[in-house]
Amino acid sequence: MKTQEAIYQYCLRIADSNLILAQRLAEWCSRGPILEEDLAMTNISLDLFGQAETLYEYAATIKGDNATADSLAFLRVEREYFNRLITEQPNGDFAVTMVREVLFSAYQNHLYQALCKSNDEMFRGFAEKALKEVKYHLRHSSEWVIRLGGGTEESKVRSQAALNELWRFTVDMFEMDEVDEELISMGIAPDMKEINKSWMKTVTEVFTEAELHIPDLNNVIKGSNKGIHTEHLGHILSEMQYLQRAFPGATW
Amino acid sequence: MVKSTRLSEGSVMELLELIPDPDIPVVSIVELGIVRGVAVDENNKVTVTITPTYSGCPAMTVFKEDIRELLLKNGAEDVEIKIAHSPTWSTDWLSESTREKLRAYGIAPPESNSSDSVPLFSSSKQKIKCPHCGNTNSRLTSQFGSTPCKSLWYCDSCLQPFEYFKCY
Ligand SMILES: [Zn+2]
Repeated sequence: MKTQEAIYQYCLRIADSNLILAQRLAEWCSRGPILEEDLAMTNISLDLFGQAETLYEYAATIKGDNATADSLAFLRVEREYFNRLITEQPNGDFAVTMVREVLFSAYQNHLYQALCKSNDEMFRGFAEKALKEVKYHLRHSSEWVIRLGGGTEESKVRSQAALNELWRFTVDMFEMDEVDEELISMGIAPDMKEINKSWMKTVTEVFTEAELHIPDLNNVIKGSNKGIHTEHLGHILSEMQYLQRAFPGATW
Repeated sequence: MVKSTRLSEGSVMELLELIPDPDIPVVSIVELGIVRGVAVDENNKVTVTITPTYSGCPAMTVFKEDIRELLLKNGAEDVEIKIAHSPTWSTDWLSESTREKLRAYGIAPPESNSSDSVPLFSSSKQKIKCPHCGNTNSRLTSQFGSTPCKSLWYCDSCLQPFEYFKCY
């Protein structure tokens, strides 16, 4: 595999994950449990949209062919998205959203830290900025999970149920293929086995503090590197892409 | 057609200092550190290099339009805006006088250097100096405020809420 092709694919994996999670978090707009959390989730969503845009722009320059950040975000079909499966999972209750945020922002935190040392200048610039943002996301969600886990009987039960449901999607975040191999050999991307180790340390710290138990791995679902998805992505896309599908090329 | 005189880089910078941040109008985009470079060629084409604050900051679109409009009105033949992703924008770049302007406007300026120094779940123990009364008897009410760059605080001395410009 050529390096440029691998960089393009790698951009999509990160950008698609951010885009889909941003779309999910935006669903909380006007539905947050309190006003501050409504603002928090939509602010995090905005950060993620921005991060996605940076990498879509980079991917578009590699692809050429009149591709733009918008065409990549809005005009691909389900199997052409490579977002990590955990990002497309439904928001559920507030506990599900916060546990998902801990799992995913801890992942971003360690991935971006590694990308700050990438041989690719664009990835470095992207990661240095995005890292500052996801640290706030991780801090926000981990504080909530600790409060929920140590809160009432109800909040504890719900948080544990959220972790039990989402844990099986975490294996997918660290899957590697020929894209990773190429970029690792060029010093552009990290070995996900290493990211997995530091991620596990961080989330264990959070869930231990929250008095939640990390469940056994059962019914693992993976395949995002190949564009395989759970049933949820199609529904997200049909809403997110509606305007561009109904009115192709619409701008405002 | 009268050929206009060549703009100097200095005069372009002075013009850019007139452009306020749309969300915090007391500080300019130059004071915020968004403008990273200015170049003028022999045809009065101006190239302005800017760096984004937060990845998803909606104000960036406004900045770009404001820069273009102002420079075209003041003698530029053409305006190109380039985005620099490195070095990463940081609140460390805010000068003491910019911080003072934020405080006077009612926004507590960023205190410690960079966002990296704060450990994982200890932000709630942080104490920020209230911009209204100057006391540090404050508490965080939300890490996210009306714009991506600010968090919400409450002062237990003067009983006023305030916004804090987060370290970045
Ligand atoms: Zn006060």
